[in-house]
Amino acid sequence: MQTLDVFGLDPLSVLIVAPALGALLVVALPDNNKWLARWVSLVISLGIGLLATIVFFEYDRTEPGYQFVTNVDWFNLIGASWHVGIDGISASMVLLTGILVPLAILISWEVEDLAKVHLALILFFQTGLMGVFVALDLMIFFLFYELSLVPIYFLINQWGGKNRKYASTKFFIYSMGGTLGMLLATQLIGWTAGTFDIAELSVIWPAGEYANDGIFLGISVATVKALTFIGFFIAFCIKVPVWPFHTWLPDAHGEAPTAGSMLLAGVMLKLGAYGFIRLVIPLFPDVWVSQIDLFGLAFTVAGLFAFLAMLGIVLGAFAAFGQNDIKRLVAYSSVNHMGFVALGIAAMAVAYGQMYVDGATAFGQDGIIAANGAVLQMFNHGLSSAGMFLLAGAIYHKTHTRDLRDYGGLWVKAPIYGGVFIFTSMASLGLPGLNGFVSEFLVVRGSWPVFTVLTAVSMVGLLFTGAYILKGIRATLHGPFNMRWRDTRLEIEVRELIAIAPLMVLMLVTGIFPNWILPIINDSVTRMMNGF
Amino acid sequence: MDINFSDFNFLPWLIPIGPLLAFAIITLITNRSRMVPATDHHEYGGHHPDYDGMEVPVVTPYSRVASIVVGMAGAVAAWLISMVVFFEAIAVEQLGLDDRIFASSVDWLSLGTEVFRMGVLVDPLTTVMLFMVPIAVLCIFIYSIGYMAHDPRQARFFSLISLFAGAMLTLVVADNLLLLFVGWEVMGLCSYMLIGFWFEKKSAYRAAIKAFTVTRVADVIMLLGIAYLYALTYDFYGFGTLNFRDVLYNAEFLDYAASTNAIIFGGLGFSAAAVIGIFLIIGTIGKSAQFPFHVWLPDAMEGPTPVSAMIHAAAMVSAGIYAIVRMYPLFEAGGYPHGGEMTAPLMLMAVVGGFTALFAATIAVAQDDVKRVLAYSTISQLGFMMAALGIGAYIAAFFHLITHAFFKALLFMASGSVIHAMEHGEHHVHEHHHAHDDHHAHHHDEETPQDGTVPTDAEAHPPEELEDQEYLEYPRSRLADEPFDAQDMMNMGGLKDRIPVTAITFAIGGLSLAGFPLITAGFWSKDEILADAWYIFSGYGSGIHFFVFVMLAVAAFLTAFYTARQLCLTFLGEPRTEEAKHAGLGGPRNVVSITMQLPLIILAFFAIFAGFIGVPPEFPIFGAVLSPEGNRFFDFVKYTLLVDMQPGKPPFNWIPVLASFAVALGGLAVGYWMYGRKPLEAGEEDPMKRILPPPIYNLLRNKYYIDELYQIIFVRPSQWFSRVVVSTFIDRGIIDGFIHLMARISNFIGDLLKAFNLWLIDGVGDGIPQGVGRFGYWLRRVQTGRVQQYLILVLLAALLIGLILVVSTGLAAGG
Repeated sequence: MQTLDVFGLDPLSVLIVAPALGALLVVALPDNNKWLARWVSLVISLGIGLLATIVFFEYDRTEPGYQFVTNVDWFNLIGASWHVGIDGISASMVLLTGILVPLAILISWEVEDLAKVHLALILFFQTGLMGVFVALDLMIFFLFYELSLVPIYFLINQWGGKNRKYASTKFFIYSMGGTLGMLLATQLIGWTAGTFDIAELSVIWPAGEYANDGIFLGISVATVKALTFIGFFIAFCIKVPVWPFHTWLPDAHGEAPTAGSMLLAGVMLKLGAYGFIRLVIPLFPDVWVSQIDLFGLAFTVAGLFAFLAMLGIVLGAFAAFGQNDIKRLVAYSSVNHMGFVALGIAAMAVAYGQMYVDGATAFGQDGIIAANGAVLQMFNHGLSSAGMFLLAGAIYHKTHTRDLRDYGGLWVKAPIYGGVFIFTSMASLGLPGLNGFVSEFLVVRGSWPVFTVLTAVSMVGLLFTGAYILKGIRATLHGPFNMRWRDTRLEIEVRELIAIAPLMVLMLVTGIFPNWILPIINDSVTRMMNGF
Repeated sequence: MDINFSDFNFLPWLIPIGPLLAFAIITLITNRSRMVPATDHHEYGGHHPDYDGMEVPVVTPYSRVASIVVGMAGAVAAWLISMVVFFEAIAVEQLGLDDRIFASSVDWLSLGTEVFRMGVLVDPLTTVMLFMVPIAVLCIFIYSIGYMAHDPRQARFFSLISLFAGAMLTLVVADNLLLLFVGWEVMGLCSYMLIGFWFEKKSAYRAAIKAFTVTRVADVIMLLGIAYLYALTYDFYGFGTLNFRDVLYNAEFLDYAASTNAIIFGGLGFSAAAVIGIFLIIGTIGKSAQFPFHVWLPDAMEGPTPVSAMIHAAAMVSAGIYAIVRMYPLFEAGGYPHGGEMTAPLMLMAVVGGFTALFAATIAVAQDDVKRVLAYSTISQLGFMMAALGIGAYIAAFFHLITHAFFKALLFMASGSVIHAMEHGEHHVHEHHHAHDDHHAHHHDEETPQDGTVPTDAEAHPPEELEDQEYLEYPRSRLADEPFDAQDMMNMGGLKDRIPVTAITFAIGGLSLAGFPLITAGFWSKDEILADAWYIFSGYGSGIHFFVFVMLAVAAFLTAFYTARQLCLTFLGEPRTEEAKHAGLGGPRNVVSITMQLPLIILAFFAIFAGFIGVPPEFPIFGAVLSPEGNRFFDFVKYTLLVDMQPGKPPFNWIPVLASFAVALGGLAVGYWMYGRKPLEAGEEDPMKRILPPPIYNLLRNKYYIDELYQIIFVRPSQWFSRVVVSTFIDRGIIDGFIHLMARISNFIGDLLKAFNLWLIDGVGDGIPQGVGRFGYWLRRVQTGRVQQYLILVLLAALLIGLILVVSTGLAAGG
């Protein structure tokens, strides 16, 4: 068991609580000094980022089970406990969150309006994100999952673009709609199984060893299972987002302030995918491979999920290609990229489910590769989408327009910005040698034997990924210079450059040497898929 | 294995490092520009008239020099190491047989309990490429010094072209398909960036997007092929691998791949090997610009000329053919093309290659743009290689790849030199019109080193120290869409007296392309392809071999014809325009002239002599002199393949040889008869127009209207689909419509309840409403609408939670 002390406290709890305390500290700072609030919040987030990095590297990948575990009584009445810990999958997400938040804070230095509240909300948001990734108790998981909605709602609602009220309301209602089902599912599981412990649930819940014989208000076990599955499934589908639950995303991401978009796309979407991997696959292995008959078509739940993932990849790319708003274009690219995560999860679910139900599967290695690809894609998309939103925000901040047709030829006046923009775009496009390619290749390789036709059709999405990325570059950088910006300072600011540099380094390093992170993910995934 | 770069197994790792490092250094350190006001006189390279009065970045003199030095250093390093590896490799007897290779690899990806390894491999195929690519790259780099000497973004050019070279070398030394694909795609990026180098120009960025998109269609399919192959090796070996030796040098695996039913299209009788093969070949069809993906390549002429040479000779398109030469055993698996037994991938290559070879050649005869003719000729020649591979002429195809790389790089750079000379002439005329000066008086010497003197002029200027202002001097026509076209052969004529070195080397390259018998490299490689096709057709009655023979022979005739047309239109006769009259590179002894013509001479050497390495020993006289111990190229390369799969040598036969003679000489003769006997006068119509019926001429000139067709059936529908159907109709209409409907229904129900409540409350009396009202009044104070207060409430809640956590943790810790 790995142990690490932070002044006598366990590191994961510190990762959760410290940002919230930091937020309070920032709010308590005097109103008249923006720079103090900026520096304080940056230092706090850097400290948390450093701790997250230490946790990531101290994590021992060879050792099975969760590490840095703390399990103390918390809410005995309902059987919930403060149970936190990480495996390789959550370790990589904790690292991602730790890296992105300081960068987002650096970017939100540009906010002048109520600056300290803005910064405090970002820190507060981090509490919610970290909490979800390290939670090993379903109740805690749900708590932080909900908590993360609040700050981002206010970030969009108060500092967003023109259409911010609509976007924030839509985002909030959409997400609440999903989590409502999740709350019911959590309660059902807790009541039926008598525990909220995720590790324990992974064993007893699919096996059907329930308290009270699993009868809840006279409803059969099968119905309880189906209801809980649907509750989780829809909630996470909305968060990922899986097509057709995605329409909140372009509005929310498009209208959010730059830092908000960075964290929304960079980390928050991963909550959904993480939920699938941590909860929905281990708790419902048999449901994923069960048959559905609909309109005379027979398919498995995983097959349906893969089909939706494919639609997300293809239609997400088309939709991005059809946008004229740079932030909406980047937002739709998330639908496209997270579609690959979903496809990988679907292939993983098939392998895991078959293994659970039949004790054997022909897709063992495919499932492992797909799962590796999905988790790595979560990490990679975190880097590239945050980078893209940063750059979109940088140009919006200077021109005050998001319409691609108002740009044109900006490379002339902003050569460094242009280079950075192309680099990040290429990472997003999945250019081999940069990070996105590795994970996309793994997902394609993993899902190919499982969902051959769907994978092949997804390639249309990969093609149009190229189309919308090139459209973005073309509209922003290429073409004759738009003289409207003749006297505008367009070049990237040093602060922005500092914020994107770590992302670029990580994109390149992950593309050239993915094994700095992949073994940590792989060992956990392999153990999970092999059932120990 | 410890990494030790003095070990030849590790040395190949260092080959791509030089250019890649140069890319990094130039991009991060030496690429520096300075903001200079763009005045009327010093427009930003003439890119855009609106820059007037604006500060625009122009590369600094320091950066100019440093970038050239760094870029050259990278290219030279790559060349030197390649040469060391090359000589070490050719010293090995039967290199490639069993474990006689140089290879090393490192762990790259951990997947489950296995590890995917990345590495380098030197076998005969790599060895030959390591000879050709670095030399071509080096020539292109030297040439770029002169060609880009006046570009305001010269440093950026050197950084990109270094990356391009690094990617190509990575692809060459790769020991597995995934690393090959990495190099492949990075080159795609570089070509995109370089085609769109003058990005203000509409035609440039459009061509760049087109090149990237069209090749990406093919690449995503290729990616599926790679994924499938990776999955298939797992089924066979119990571990996944894409290593060339594992996949291609193992007869059992190839049998397995050929006898396993495919996971997709298996119902149609395709084997796994066939489906993977077809996917990979589609990748090459895109990269090597074969029909129907050929459309990007002619437009790629928008880039600076060294880029064209890079794309068409040393790198990109050669990479496509190299990839299928490399993967050839997989395509052959389950068949025996030398016995007339074809497999599906081979059939695909033969048909696509044969068709493209002729198809592109017919377009080339009606083009007037000097670079566009070469572009179509490249497509056609790549079709030769593709078809040759399809019919099993493995070594002949690879041989043609090498000779073609040399003479096509030569032709592109020579045409760039022609264009440069024409632009110079145009500049001269332009200046002349402004200041009615005697154009022999070098009145603008102070501004530009490339003066309007003809090479015969004894007064050549030594390279001077370039002044700031000179950098801004830039030929207009390359950037602005102006009426004068420096690339139009109709505007040229008589250039042989003005740029003689270019003219001679151009002619050598042209003759090699046309396959001028016996003395040019192109003849020997083309002849071998025809010999193979004829031999298998006559021996086994294979129809596809006859098809390929006929298509290639006719295409070779047209090649010789349009080459003669190009040479005559460009160099012979009298200048047809003022610009052509003043064309020149500024005398024999300045930087531009030297750096642009030295590479031509080097490449011209190879365009002639490279062919002598692969002369069939039975060939009368030449065989005895040049290949006394057998065909050296053939005997060296064949060990890339398993011994059982090595192709047989076709016995000497007069029919294909005479056919080669006839088509090459015939085409040249007809071309000369039409264009050289009586060179075109200024204003005279192209004789082609008189000979061909107008509909056919227009069809050829407009490239069979394929661009227009694609615009109608692919581009516009996908734009419409994404904008109207997906974004507007599905997302905003259906999905959001549903959401909004739900919202409206909830609102309606809410209003209903509110109305009901009001009615009920009004009915009940005043007491309760007053109470509620008072409560509401109190509550309103909380609801101030000020976000800070909301936030403070939220944070208080968070603090509460945090406190509970800390306390509970503390309690637990305390016992």
